[in-house]
This record gives sequence, structure tokens and C-alpha cells, in this order.
Amino acid sequence: MDRIPILRMGSFLLVTIQVDMHDQLAMTLQDDLSAKISETSAKGVLIDISALDVVDSFIGRMIGMISGLSRIMDAETVVVGMQPAVAITLVELGLTLSGVSTALDVERGMKLLRERVQSQ
Amino acid sequence: MSTPRSGTYAIRSEQDVVLGRQAVRKLAQECGLRLVDQTKLVTAVSELARNAVIYGGGGDMDWTIVEEGARKGVQLVFRDTGPGIADLKQAMTDGWTSGTGLGLGLAGAKRLVDQFEIQSAPGQGTRVTITKWN
Ligand SMILES: Nc1ncnc2c1ncn2[C@@H]1O[C@H](COP(=O)(O)OP(=O)(O)OP(=O)(O)O)[C@@H](O)[C@H]1O
Ligand SMILES: [Mg+2]
Repeated sequence: MDRIPILRMGSFLLVTIQVDMHDQLAMTLQDDLSAKISETSAKGVLIDISALDVVDSFIGRMIGMISGLSRIMDAETVVVGMQPAVAITLVELGLTLSGVSTALDVERGMKLLRERVQSQ
Repeated sequence: MSTPRSGTYAIRSEQDVVLGRQAVRKLAQECGLRLVDQTKLVTAVSELARNAVIYGGGGDMDWTIVEEGARKGVQLVFRDTGPGIADLKQAMTDGWTSGTGLGLGLAGAKRLVDQFEIQSAPGQGTRVTITKWN
């Protein structure tokens, strides 16, 4: 796989991150996502990490990158599906994901985004 | 025939980092580490293996199943023959990076395992030994 799929769900975009991330893929995703946000005028981005049984500083940096990019383009970001063991590990690793909201699953993430967008 | 208690994986590329993580996950399960501890160990592996690839120009990961009384654990040694680290104290500080990272790898890996030892000097490569017990 040489691209991370970006799915459109109404006025939101869904990015599903798989295990084998590397630098090139992260760069491509950055480009693809900014193009997609402007093309669709998306108001929110959901990052699904439920497939990840490990989140390290590299993935953490990428999540931060996506959320920063979304913010610049006036869209909100929610990380969904973080496994409990991963969440506990992230705290000890020291990765705070500051400014990034989380939700248990895609459905709840969509709800959160809808509320956010409406209250704007 | 007994299963091997130690071995070595080459860590030369991003793909090797992924394979290293998978291998250590299996070892951790064999040693009876609970899920959270498996995840902590594998996350530390990801950090140290990636450092070996990015900064060390590639290296090796030695693994050993260690036993102490009734306890079992996984001990790993990440070694490379790269440029080494001049200021270890600085490198071990949260948030310090010489590149584009978050500077969390070394300090974070230390917090995630039970034992952590780093040896490095300019021109002499880097060697990090970690152990996680069940
Ligand atoms: N194997 C190594 N060989 C040489 N230098 C290293 C090695 N490992 C780490 N370093 C140095 O120590 C610094 C800190 O490493 P650390 O893993 O904590 O952060 P990082 O790799 O810069 O960022 P992150 O791991 O958060 O993506 C690195 O920026 C690098 O300069
Ligand atoms: Mg690192």
C-alpha cells in the first residue's frame, strides 16, 4: 500500500491509519489530505487508529501534523478507536496529543464533530 | 528439542522496524506479559529500532528470554555502529531532538520498560539494553 485512503462521510473525512506507516506515506497523506479538504470543504477529519496495536512517537507526530493541517484549513480533528493499552502506553511515553480530541469509535467521533461544527 | 532462548534480528530499514515489533510481540506473549506490558515493550522497540535506522545507519536487535526465579522477561539489545551520541544527558531529555522528531523516543522508552541502559560515545556507536518482566 503506498497511499492511506481518505473516505468522504458527508461533510467529514475519514482517514484510517494502518500499522506500516513510514515517512514517505506520511508525506503523501499530508498532500492528499490538504487537497481533499479544500476540494470537499470538509469541516472535520476523523483519524481512525483502531487498527493500531502500537502508537509510537512517529505516529504521534503524524496525528499532530494532520490536526495542525486541518486547523489551518478550518476543520476539526478527532482521533477515534484508540485501544486502551495504547492509551495507557501513550501517557508513559509522554505523548500528549495536545489539542486533539478523542472518541471511542467512528460513530461517536462523527457526533462530536457535528456538535462542534454546529456550535461554531 | 527446546525452543531457542535468544537470537538476533537485523534492523536496517523501516520494514525491519515493523518486523522487529512483531517478533517482540510474540516473545512478550510467550513470556506471559499482560497486554499493557506487551504494548509498552513493543512501543519501546519501535522507538529504539527506529533510532537505530535513522541515526545509527542501521543496526541489530539481540533478544533473550531471561528468567529470575519464577519471573520471566524479555531482554533486548539494540546496537549500531553509527556516529554515537555526544551528550547522553541531552539526548535522554524529553523533547530534545537533533532532527525533526518529538524527542520522546529515548526518554519515553526508558519509562516504558523495567530496566534501561544506554552506552554511546562519538565514533563508537550506540547500544541500548532494555528488559521487561512479566
Ligand atoms: N542510535 C542512535 N545513534 C545516534 N544518535 C541517536 C541514536 N538514538 C538517538 N540519537 C540521538 O538522540 C536524539 C534523541 O532521540 P529520541 O529518540 O529521544 O528523539 P528523536 O528520535 O529525535 O524523536 P522521536 O523519537 O520522538 O521521533 C536524537 O535526535 C538523536 O540525535
Ligand atoms: Mg527517536
